[in-house]
Amino acid sequence: MNLTPSGMSRRHFMRHMAASAATIPAIEFMNHLHAHADTVRKNQKACILMWMGGGPPTIDIWDLKPGSKNGGEFKPIKAAGTQISEHMPKTASVFDKLAVVRSMSTREADHGRGRYFMHTGYVPNPTVVHPTFGSVVSHELGSKRKELEIPSFVSINGDPGSPGFLGMSNAAFVVDANGRIRNADTDGMDSRRLNQRLSMLGVIEENFIGSKRGDAPQAHKDVYKKAIDLMTSKQMEAFKVEKEDQKMIEKYCGTGGPMGGMARNDFGRGLLMARRLVEAGVPFVEVGMGGWDLHANVFNTLKDRNLPTMDAAIHGLVSDLTDRGMIKDVVVVWMGEFGRTPRINQDVGRDHWAASWSVMIGGGGLKGGQAVGATDEDGLTCATKPYLPGDIWATACHALGIPTTTVHTSKRGRPMKIANGGTPIPELIG
Amino acid sequence: MSDLKWTSLRSVRLVAASIAMAVSASFVVSADDETKESKPAAKAEAKTDGDSKTETKPSSKKRREDFTTGSSDVLLTFINEQIRQGWTDNEVEPSELASDGEWIRRVYLDIVGHVPPVEDVDKFLADKDKAKRSKVIDKLLDDPAYVRHWTTVWTNLTIGQQTPMRVSRKGMQKFFREAFTKNRPWNEIVIDIVSAEGHFEENGAVNYLLAQMQMPDDGVQATAKTTRLFMGMQVQCTQCHNHPFNDWQQRQFWEFNTFFRQLRKEEHQKYDMKTGRNEFSYAELKRREGVEQFVLYEKRNGTQEAAESKYFGQPVDVMKKDDTGYDINRRAELAKMMTEGEKPMVAMAMVNRMWSQFFGYGFTKPVDDIGPHNPSSHPELMDRLTVEFVKSRYDVKQLIRWICNSEAYNLTSQATKVNEEKDNPSSGTTSLFSHVYLKSMSAEQLYDSLIVATNAHKSGRSSWEQTEQKRQQWMQQFVIAFGTDEGDESTTFNGSIPQALMMMNGELVKDAISAQKGSYLNTILSEAPQDKDRVRKLYLAALSRSPNNKEIQAAQAMLKSNSDKLAAYQDMFWALLNSNEFIFIH
Repeated sequence: MNLTPSGMSRRHFMRHMAASAATIPAIEFMNHLHAHADTVRKNQKACILMWMGGGPPTIDIWDLKPGSKNGGEFKPIKAAGTQISEHMPKTASVFDKLAVVRSMSTREADHGRGRYFMHTGYVPNPTVVHPTFGSVVSHELGSKRKELEIPSFVSINGDPGSPGFLGMSNAAFVVDANGRIRNADTDGMDSRRLNQRLSMLGVIEENFIGSKRGDAPQAHKDVYKKAIDLMTSKQMEAFKVEKEDQKMIEKYCGTGGPMGGMARNDFGRGLLMARRLVEAGVPFVEVGMGGWDLHANVFNTLKDRNLPTMDAAIHGLVSDLTDRGMIKDVVVVWMGEFGRTPRINQDVGRDHWAASWSVMIGGGGLKGGQAVGATDEDGLTCATKPYLPGDIWATACHALGIPTTTVHTSKRGRPMKIANGGTPIPELIG
Repeated sequence: MSDLKWTSLRSVRLVAASIAMAVSASFVVSADDETKESKPAAKAEAKTDGDSKTETKPSSKKRREDFTTGSSDVLLTFINEQIRQGWTDNEVEPSELASDGEWIRRVYLDIVGHVPPVEDVDKFLADKDKAKRSKVIDKLLDDPAYVRHWTTVWTNLTIGQQTPMRVSRKGMQKFFREAFTKNRPWNEIVIDIVSAEGHFEENGAVNYLLAQMQMPDDGVQATAKTTRLFMGMQVQCTQCHNHPFNDWQQRQFWEFNTFFRQLRKEEHQKYDMKTGRNEFSYAELKRREGVEQFVLYEKRNGTQEAAESKYFGQPVDVMKKDDTGYDINRRAELAKMMTEGEKPMVAMAMVNRMWSQFFGYGFTKPVDDIGPHNPSSHPELMDRLTVEFVKSRYDVKQLIRWICNSEAYNLTSQATKVNEEKDNPSSGTTSLFSHVYLKSMSAEQLYDSLIVATNAHKSGRSSWEQTEQKRQQWMQQFVIAFGTDEGDESTTFNGSIPQALMMMNGELVKDAISAQKGSYLNTILSEAPQDKDRVRKLYLAALSRSPNNKEIQAAQAMLKSNSDKLAAYQDMFWALLNSNEFIFIH
């Protein structure tokens, strides 16, 4: 059923393109159209980032403090090599594939700054915009995957940040968990018309690009090329998560629960879509889950809403990747802007806390079933070597086969080490 | 077109003919406005004198230095000198003056938020008045679209693109609309917003604070946002610890916060016959009585400290009663102090923000982080503009006049080899304003520009509020809300693929290129009989310039190969509206 949005088969569509190309010169916009292998690519390296927007209380999820005044209401349960929250039982059952790093110490406790720092490995700096890590992977791996027609960095309900000096063609393609891509449909317009439009557009754009007005005009053209690739690609099927059978959707989203059925688990749907995208060759997918800025009523919210939702989704992804033989190639990373205060506030909430908290990472051949690092008995400081986001991303680089010696160059010619020169965490790379 | 234009028709014909075999004589359009249209002042004079061979063209430097928009404001000399000093110090030559076509498009987008209508471009290009630029600036400042544009800008800055829960966008817009219509002094606007109390539609100013009260946080977000937005100071980090890079201490944050401790939101409900339930009716911002003088906060080492009401170290008695015997409105006390003196942060923050609105970069990067830790690119200029802005009684229109009449704002956005490298703030250099930096249109500027470029504004179909509602609906497709206590949000209208898809296939552009009765395409197809005029008008509508030779050739080829001419015009207009040149303010 390989149909383009306009209802033509791709081959037919391209033939149309070719025919009209003969009548109109300068079809530079369309020169990317070439036949692609139809097969699903397996065993390609990829990274799925689970982004916990708002800052998750990792002391209630991955690093419980039973017996401490800061411990809160939850008990730990056994997971491979360590213990995690009692409200994460499904995840505990697949924890042999995952690991928690318990000694993150990241300084930035403001949402904007924390989001930037965790995504890029760099603290905000007025003279340069650092690329978010998804853009780094898009730049390193996406550019080598010639068969990939959809964007090499997709963000599903995420807070992806800017591609910075790597340019707009490595920007995140942002979609919601329903996978409906707005305006991707040419509405049945025939290829001759589209071609005609694009060739005229090419003339106007080239004129402006040649007018010494910086990089932005060229970036505009590059993004249009990507958008056209996408419009005419059957890889767009990867976004259609509803094509999965009900059982698979339930695997990620759960079947019931206190929320009155979790078929509306957007995070689960997002992770399922992420798996489809990775199968299609997308090297980096970010899936966001919000609702973590828990200044008040933290335990009820976690127990009734956030943790059941997340537990089903993470378990769904990890077990599905395992069943498909993909887990050794796909790194999963779980993080937010920061953790939350060990001290419980007067509103039974926890505030922003960056001094000692946890990140989860696994898959991609990394050593699972363990906790790396530790906090003190009240969770207030790191008791072992503290880690920075650059170390997490360097670990991901290692798993993705991107050399950690890679250096990018900022627009101003300044060398920028990948992952801010972080070091892969030894316990994880084994 | 002006007489001026056609004096050079003969040579244009020759050039065109020699370049383009395919271009028939009937299709000659005067070449590229970028090079041929009237350049300001000196060049225009040279031309109107006829083809005098003896006259030597003044150097571009002299032409630039002699240039004036026609404004005689004395402060302009100071502004220009300061900017020139930066060029000299950094050994950078500025670019040439912007052509009239380039400039008028820019100034319309910057002041009234949309591209200029074709007839305004034509009139401006033909106008030989040396003071025409300053006159356009004045005219635009009196245009109703000025009010609309700045209402949009400030509504987005104060409550975000996506309206938070229990906040009235309508109310906030109404407040700004009235303020900008009357050109109310900026200090008064800030005082009204910071001290606001009452019903969210009767006193729209309250919506700013209501938007910062999405979570019960003892006014922390209101404190952080007020200092950042209105005073240009980022202190949100000092909530938890002393700021490593600026002078603010954790204590100061909480001293500031004491002024916001009276904030109280009341949400009122009304029985709804249809649903049979009580539904939200309106929100009200009220004053909490009997609030303590001190705020307790936790230091990093876990000990508790108390902060009392102080404004930059100056103690404030917040325990007083007002005339009616109630506790005084602490925020009113704060607002008064924020706007006192000859160089308050409120004025400096506004100067810096307005400069960045027009130039793409302020004197500091980011624009809302001013202080010794973050040096300004032009400290003396920023200072002087601040002082003058205060002296002008915080006259926002006057501030815009100073900016738009300055030499720097009248330069082209085309860089030179040297200033492209040395003055490129997007890659991290200090801003020298030696050429005008490209800005992307905001989604609202795009929406309004498409309406102007396609004549939809002329039909007079809908009221301000209807149009506003439609635009707001359309805007929602781009907003990504992060759902944090700061109400941060992002947009996919950022030059990425979703924006490109919307431009290529979305309803808005589809409507814009439809040839229905009353549409722009329909009008020019019926009113302009010749293809050359039609093509030229399409270019003017979208890009405020005529097509160049290459573009004329392409247009002609397209018209030739389509039996359906309308389709060719639609596709041409589509290409213009989708181009980089259209979406950038340059």
